[in-house]
Amino acid sequence: MSQTSVNETQVIQEGLAGVASDFSADRQSFHVHWGKAMMWIFLLSDTFIFSSFLIGYMTVRMSAQDPWPLTSEVFALSMGGEPIPLLLIAIMTFILITSSGTMALAVNMGYAKDKKKTFYLMLVTAILGASFVGMQVFEWSKLILDEGVRPWANPMGASQFGAAFFMITGFHGMHVTGGVIYLLVVAFRVKNGFYERRGNDYSIVEICGLYWHFVDLVWVFIFAFFYLW
Amino acid sequence: MSDSGQQHPLNIYYAVWILLFVISAFSYAVDYYQLQGTLRWTLILIFMFLKAGFITAIFMHMTWERLALQLAILAPPIFLMVFIGIMAIEADYTFLTRIEFFTESDFVPVYHHGGGSH
Repeated sequence: MSQTSVNETQVIQEGLAGVASDFSADRQSFHVHWGKAMMWIFLLSDTFIFSSFLIGYMTVRMSAQDPWPLTSEVFALSMGGEPIPLLLIAIMTFILITSSGTMALAVNMGYAKDKKKTFYLMLVTAILGASFVGMQVFEWSKLILDEGVRPWANPMGASQFGAAFFMITGFHGMHVTGGVIYLLVVAFRVKNGFYERRGNDYSIVEICGLYWHFVDLVWVFIFAFFYLW
Repeated sequence: MSDSGQQHPLNIYYAVWILLFVISAFSYAVDYYQLQGTLRWTLILIFMFLKAGFITAIFMHMTWERLALQLAILAPPIFLMVFIGIMAIEADYTFLTRIEFFTESDFVPVYHHGGGSH
């Protein structure tokens, strides 16, 4: 960025560069890596998106006249002829928690400058995330093909069920998918020494971790309100 | 505090990790043993907030951040309470309106407010 003046009070630029310098001219508020502050602000906005979905779900469920489908039966999985309620969802929950744990360790190893361990822990996190998405695909196809659930109707009860389900879990699944890609990109950059060459700064692993933990956090609320309630 | 990152003893991560497993098992048990009514909803909420709290506080390092960042991120979601309240009133109104105008005379309305009280 070229400055028009050496004097700090008179740095006036024109055009887009001027917009950027004007907005960045203020003092730094948050004493953390800029990427971390930005990630937190993004996650805050994402909190409002998911909250809107869940509140919308609450609204249609409270105002529905037909009984709401029994989630513990709809999402039951047969094991040896005996249906176990919410089995797949429970497995998915534990997978996501496990991946959160490996991510937390990866952040720690990143700051310890242990490239190899960081890479492998992030890789494991990504694989667990991918398996979560895989199970979700299985869940969706079972619901669509075997049970005949559609966004506008279903055989089990209130027709709003499908719309809420596909919207909420679909958006969450999209976040997981995006997270897996993000994790893989950062993991391979860690391995390549990309961050080593850039001042040996592994803050990105923590920032990536924030996103991943958030995905787990959202699942906690979906699990409680959609599957258990 | 400078730009230096968050580094904490590994034990605290292991402890929270195990706790999250245990709490998740509890919330699954709520469904497995088919607890119903107020007990069910209370337990679901308690386990949910415990899990969310541990993830945010420890895994996302919120406990160790400065107050300015904590407030900037954790305060705005409080407004969601207002949103939830408004939409709950709206949903109630919609439900009653449907009962009033879209119900056959021999239809007995099923009151299932607050969800799965089946």
